[in-house]
Amino acid sequence: MTTNILYFVIMLACMTALAIPMGHYLAKVFTDERHALPERLTYRLLGVDPDRGMRWSQYGMALVLANAAMGLLGYLLLRVQAWMPLNPSHLSGMSPDLAFNTAMSFVTNTNWQAYSGENTLSNFSQMAALTFLMTVSAATGLAAGAAFVRGLGHAEKPEIGNFWVDFTRIVWRILLPVCFVLALVCIWQGVPQTLASDAVATTLEGAKQHIILGAVASLETIKHIGTNGGGFYGANAAHPYEDPTPLINTLHILSMLLIPAALTVAFGRMLARNRQGWVLFGAFFVMFVGFLAIVYPAEQAGNPQLTALGVDQHLSATQPGGNMEGKEMRFGIAGSSLFVTATTAATTGSVNAMHDSLTPLGGLVPLGEMMLNCVYGGKGVGLINLLQYAILAVFLIGMMIGRTPEFLGKKIEAREIKLVMLAVLAHPICILGFTALAVLWPHVTDSLGNTGPHGFSEILYAYTSATANNGSAFGGLSVNTPFYNTTIGLAMLIGRYGTLLPMLAVAGLLASKKTLPETAGTFPTATPLFMALTVLVALVVGGLTFLPALALGPLVEHIAMLHGQLF
Amino acid sequence: MNDTNTSIRSLLRPAITSAVLFMLLTGLAYPLITTAAANLLLPWHAQGSLVQRDGKVIGSALLGQDFTAPRYFHPRPSATQAPDPKDPSKTVDSPYNAELSAASNYGPTNRKLIDAVAGRARAYRSENGLAANAPVPVDAVTASASGLDPEISLANAELQLPRVAAQRGLPQADVERLLNEHAATRVFGLFGVPRVNVLDLNLALDALAREGQHGTKS
Repeated sequence: MTTNILYFVIMLACMTALAIPMGHYLAKVFTDERHALPERLTYRLLGVDPDRGMRWSQYGMALVLANAAMGLLGYLLLRVQAWMPLNPSHLSGMSPDLAFNTAMSFVTNTNWQAYSGENTLSNFSQMAALTFLMTVSAATGLAAGAAFVRGLGHAEKPEIGNFWVDFTRIVWRILLPVCFVLALVCIWQGVPQTLASDAVATTLEGAKQHIILGAVASLETIKHIGTNGGGFYGANAAHPYEDPTPLINTLHILSMLLIPAALTVAFGRMLARNRQGWVLFGAFFVMFVGFLAIVYPAEQAGNPQLTALGVDQHLSATQPGGNMEGKEMRFGIAGSSLFVTATTAATTGSVNAMHDSLTPLGGLVPLGEMMLNCVYGGKGVGLINLLQYAILAVFLIGMMIGRTPEFLGKKIEAREIKLVMLAVLAHPICILGFTALAVLWPHVTDSLGNTGPHGFSEILYAYTSATANNGSAFGGLSVNTPFYNTTIGLAMLIGRYGTLLPMLAVAGLLASKKTLPETAGTFPTATPLFMALTVLVALVVGGLTFLPALALGPLVEHIAMLHGQLF
Repeated sequence: MNDTNTSIRSLLRPAITSAVLFMLLTGLAYPLITTAAANLLLPWHAQGSLVQRDGKVIGSALLGQDFTAPRYFHPRPSATQAPDPKDPSKTVDSPYNAELSAASNYGPTNRKLIDAVAGRARAYRSENGLAANAPVPVDAVTASASGLDPEISLANAELQLPRVAAQRGLPQADVERLLNEHAATRVFGLFGVPRVNVLDLNLALDALAREGQHGTKS
């Protein structure tokens, strides 16, 4: 127990220590005046002027069009898989609804997977369609984050940067070099990286074992650095080839938290408001620790139904104990719990343990984090989501004390608040609306892998994960049906652009406003008090909306489990 | 309105070019260069850490495989399935199928989970000669997340040890020594769980048996 808690403390310390240099580097990339050679060549090929600033509407338009072209290209590559190289097993192309779902899923950084990689995708598709979409969707989110922060810093200057410059730099200067180095570390620990697609072994007992191989390491690193989450294999990071050792598990967890955490530091530097950056970091941190403190004890306590059968679930020097159904030995309870908390906080959505088999309260944690969607959050958008709650907090405080609310020297007025509320409401309306539709739709419940309250949790989890662009699943739900592929695909689009575009508009509006000098009457926002208020607003506004749905799923199931009721 | 149209038109070329360019860069160049570097620096690892015995591939050091013979240590239960040879639209249980990693995805209040664990606990106790109410380590009766978990807990290995030793006619102390040699500890005393790789341990047992045969012959 002490070792596990020490492990958590050291991991959180490492994350903080890494966030500082990475944050400084991000700020440099986002504000550098010079263009490096590969970048200048890229601009020439694209035919864009890198020194031309864009207003929020132009920036948003460029972002959406680029994503549309990339999503379409990915869709086509998945459809024509049968005629592409590196496909020795002659896998056919994806069906239209599955290819739509997959392309939308990867271009929105969700990485929801309604298929198993092993028997659906060739090595070529894993690289050219998926690794490609994973990298560009991460770059898109991070670019939006950079533009948003820039907008907050500008005074009476409506341009918030150039999308092509942000996007190109993020790929060349951040994602590719970091991923290449990390991929080599992964390979050293056993993650395969080969163009061979399989190997056949004869086991010690004489059975044939057909082992699927491929370019796993290059996909695996961008999957975590880019908070994408889509696995090469069906079992995702639980597969020994994706996450072979406790050391790699640690690197995966740090990789996914690295850029979301560093962005708060970059925010502080770019706006010359370092304290404000740390207040945002603190808000992320407090919520993260809170969720970890729920999932770890719940999983370590195990399942009382198994104790009744004489199963020993105690932590000891020779076994991890706890709820080991759907978990891997090398991670145990601590390495799995921390991964659960990180993957749904940073909206990665890769899994090293099966979320469907978590205890009810353990399963509440990923659901809750995705519902709030601002505990670190995905590339760039996590910071945007947190700032949306910060602006709301400023507004509520302003109402209470009867002053015009100000944030970072900018007046927050009716138009900004309307846009913020649009972004805040798009999330629950999408999740709860589609969940309600799925529960009522005829025969959709045939897809359930579990019945009773857990079955409801499976559906709720699917739409929460899609809308939060997370991509993890309660995997018992069979989602490769036209109904789920289509509605989940739509939820991913609404979740991505329904919050991103209004918030870019807020940045654009704030960028064109005057910066007001701070006076004695200004409410200070770079304080622990404001951090607490932001967390409170996120929990009350974001969390209470979902409480009734959570009560029907995990909370009822927890009570049922304690009373020995089975379904 | 005209303004928006021109701005969309001027964005079409960069949008389409960027899709193709970045597909080539991040979807092909990046994975292919990584593959080349990996196969130059770490070829065995890059090819899946395949283990050979007598020149034949017998598995991967990282993937579990199924063991049912009493003379071997047994791995954790696996929920992987395979298409039914009689009817490809259905699936049948196929433990440690490396073609299709999978978990049970049973929730904690699912009757199927509780029934499966009860059955596995009964079988585990009878295989290893334990009392009918003896506690069973949780990893021995729960299915792993990948269905390919290569490792078991030391508690689980200790309970199987007398059976393996008896089947092989070895003193328990010899098997205990092998187990201790092959047990993995926490990295830096922090990461991971004390555990043992089943394939690794079983290979060592077989090697010990071969040495023994050579010993008596000479």
